[in-house]
Amino acid sequence: MKTRREMLQHGAAVATLLMGAGLLPATARAQATGYKAAAFETKSMAELMKALGAGAPTESKDVTITGPDIAENGAVVPLGAATTLAGVKSLLILVEKNPSIMTSMFELTDAVEAAVNTRVKMGQSSNVYAVAMMNDGRVLYAQKEVKVTLGGCGG
Amino acid sequence: MKAWKAASLLGALAIAGAVGAQSKSTADGIAEYRKMLEDGNPAELFEAKGENLWKTQRGPKNASLEQCDLGKGPGVVKGAWVELPRYFADTKRVQDLESRLLTCMETLQGLNAAEIAKTPFGRGEQANMEALAAYVSAASNGMRMNLPQAHRDEQVMYELGKRAFFFRGGPMDFSCASCHGESGKRVRLQDLPDLTKNPGDGIGFAAWPAYRVSSGELWSMQRRLNDCYRQQRFPYPGYASDVTVALGVYMGVNAKGAQSIAPAIKR
Amino acid sequence: MADPMKIRAQMAGDKATVRVLMAHEMETGQRKDSAGKAIPAWYIQTVSAKHNDKPVMSAQWGPAVAKNPFLQFNLKGAKAGDKVSITWVDNKGDTRTDEAVVS
Repeated sequence: MKTRREMLQHGAAVATLLMGAGLLPATARAQATGYKAAAFETKSMAELMKALGAGAPTESKDVTITGPDIAENGAVVPLGAATTLAGVKSLLILVEKNPSIMTSMFELTDAVEAAVNTRVKMGQSSNVYAVAMMNDGRVLYAQKEVKVTLGGCGG
Repeated sequence: MKAWKAASLLGALAIAGAVGAQSKSTADGIAEYRKMLEDGNPAELFEAKGENLWKTQRGPKNASLEQCDLGKGPGVVKGAWVELPRYFADTKRVQDLESRLLTCMETLQGLNAAEIAKTPFGRGEQANMEALAAYVSAASNGMRMNLPQAHRDEQVMYELGKRAFFFRGGPMDFSCASCHGESGKRVRLQDLPDLTKNPGDGIGFAAWPAYRVSSGELWSMQRRLNDCYRQQRFPYPGYASDVTVALGVYMGVNAKGAQSIAPAIKR
Repeated sequence: MADPMKIRAQMAGDKATVRVLMAHEMETGQRKDSAGKAIPAWYIQTVSAKHNDKPVMSAQWGPAVAKNPFLQFNLKGAKAGDKVSITWVDNKGDTRTDEAVVS
């Protein structure tokens, strides 16, 4: 007959094994099928590219990042990623100083223009990036700085 | 000595010039940010929910709000917002939108107005009030503020509102006028509209209800006033109480002719 | 069932500009409630768009996308009367699909 302590230790050991085997979610969150959870946990461009199995990114004038220079509130910052190049596989929007660098990833087909706009949360003033991952493996990006302020009487 | 004075004066002017130039581009930056958010205002989601609530049969009496009189006749929603607060003959008092919605929710649907008034913002029926405020104000979007002052009680409420506006109290000795009593004031990067007169189209009273991005919530005028009182460190006013309605009359009458942009989007 | 999205699809030249507003908390999982406990993460993870039932774009989102998310993209080769549908799935497995007609 196992003691309660032994039961708990056994449970913890099993959980650790399962986590190691990737059978439990890395965090407590459930995930939609095919969701690249690991990519959403990375903190830098380099880590992100590794998680996506992509090469080193290079800055490009053919990629644009649009957004305000200053945001009145970090809860809602409108950002856009676009490129004039053909053969884009996906567009990513990154916020460098967020707890995880990637906010969103858009997988495109020929039926849509390579231009997306959304709104993100920014914890503080930071560089933001638009990244275009090309079909031929190239990774191109553009960056700008967005200052985040806290307005009014505070919140 | 003279040269030093002249130099320091020049230096001060140079700094003042630089600060002036910087504030101008910062103000432009904020304006640009606001413009980027105009298209795709989450308030539209609340509007849709409010329209649904207006038309859905609910409450112990299982009735919709479609017979609710907001001042222009039972069920007339378009144009009602820009004439509120106003006097209502059936209740014999001046009411703002939220007060009038409470009346209709109670008399038509059998819901408990006092309970709704006590419910915290964003919860239960209060969440529904916000959606209804978005829906009703949206129906007057683009129209100009035109509150009536024909009835004696409407005039009395204007005067009460003015007194309340200038009443200083609380631990900081603030009044509404401390922030909103003069033109050209601001707090951090936000311009403070002068609410003793018409501050312009889509400004002040004409800019609420609004979706507040900082909290991701739709703020009705009652919520806005409640938060003003919080910032002044006053006790919270009762929901849809006389003083809040009176302030609405004062600001709304002052804003006569201003174009309403409600429901707007704000930081 | 979550509140409906607002989808607007308007012709601009030979393409349709699609604008979507979704009703969702997009809770990051990092905020704490008044008792000091973390509010569980709750956010849209995948978004997919179809044009006349043909998939045209899919997206993966993290919790940093703003609350009540906004999305805008341009659909090529669209014409008035075409159907656009958007689907989202969140980390709890909740989902919502809404449609609009291109005007």
